[in-house]
Amino acid sequence: MQDLTHDSFTLTRDYPVSPERVFRAFSDPGRKRRWFAEGEGFIVDSYALDFRVGGSESAAFRVDTPEFQSEEIRNQTYYLDIVPERRIVLAYSMSNAGVPFSASLQTVTLEARGDGTRLTLTEHVTFMEGADGTERRREGTEQLLDSLARELAAEAVS
Amino acid sequence: MLQWMLNHRSAPRAPAALDALGDATRRAIVERLSGGPATVTELAEPLSISRSAVLQHLTVLEGAALVRTEKVGRTRVCRLDPAGLEAVQAWAADHRQRWERRLDRLGELLAEEEG
Repeated sequence: MQDLTHDSFTLTRDYPVSPERVFRAFSDPGRKRRWFAEGEGFIVDSYALDFRVGGSESAAFRVDTPEFQSEEIRNQTYYLDIVPERRIVLAYSMSNAGVPFSASLQTVTLEARGDGTRLTLTEHVTFMEGADGTERRREGTEQLLDSLARELAAEAVS
Repeated sequence: MLQWMLNHRSAPRAPAALDALGDATRRAIVERLSGGPATVTELAEPLSISRSAVLQHLTVLEGAALVRTEKVGRTRVCRLDPAGLEAVQAWAADHRQRWERRLDRLGELLAEEEG
């Protein structure tokens, strides 16, 4: 059986703009993509956002830098609660080369502070790969080989 | 994240591992080793290939940090090296770093819109 590992973290930022402006960077697909999916060393293969309770966000990208190149990373988000300009609650999972490796519950709150906004992001994340061990190594290898086989089969018919 | 990756420069690269696994024989070798260590001869037999062919594949797999081999007396023993598969997972696991970078970029985007 695989072990799961859990982690939690909280990040805060103070932005010198109104909560309405910060919120727009989460709700507008063109803006969200720019800071969420794009960035130095990232290649975005696809991005879509349906920002509403019950809606989802899908992103596929790869890391490409001199130090490190990845296979395709997929990020799938589901929106659980949205209070405009105040709060976003979401769940998301990530996969690498088709192998899921994490699932998270995340909250983002926006609080007006003078002319600016305090953003607080709290995340609880579960990782599918646990501590090292022969059994887990074997499963990790099998998963990787399975996903590779699926990719190669998909390439063969395309 | 770039800083994290620079700090972990000794970690092998994900694409080398996945390139190495693009070959069916190497996948078979990795699969066999996931069940435990084996000698070069033990690897060659079920694949019906020569020892030197196995050694060539092992060179690629060692280069991708998927496999480690060592001479024990006159035999070469091979075992899986977790570093190759874990390199990708280690990067992938750093959610906090990823969100720190994203929130930095959000700040840059908001500043661009202002000016």
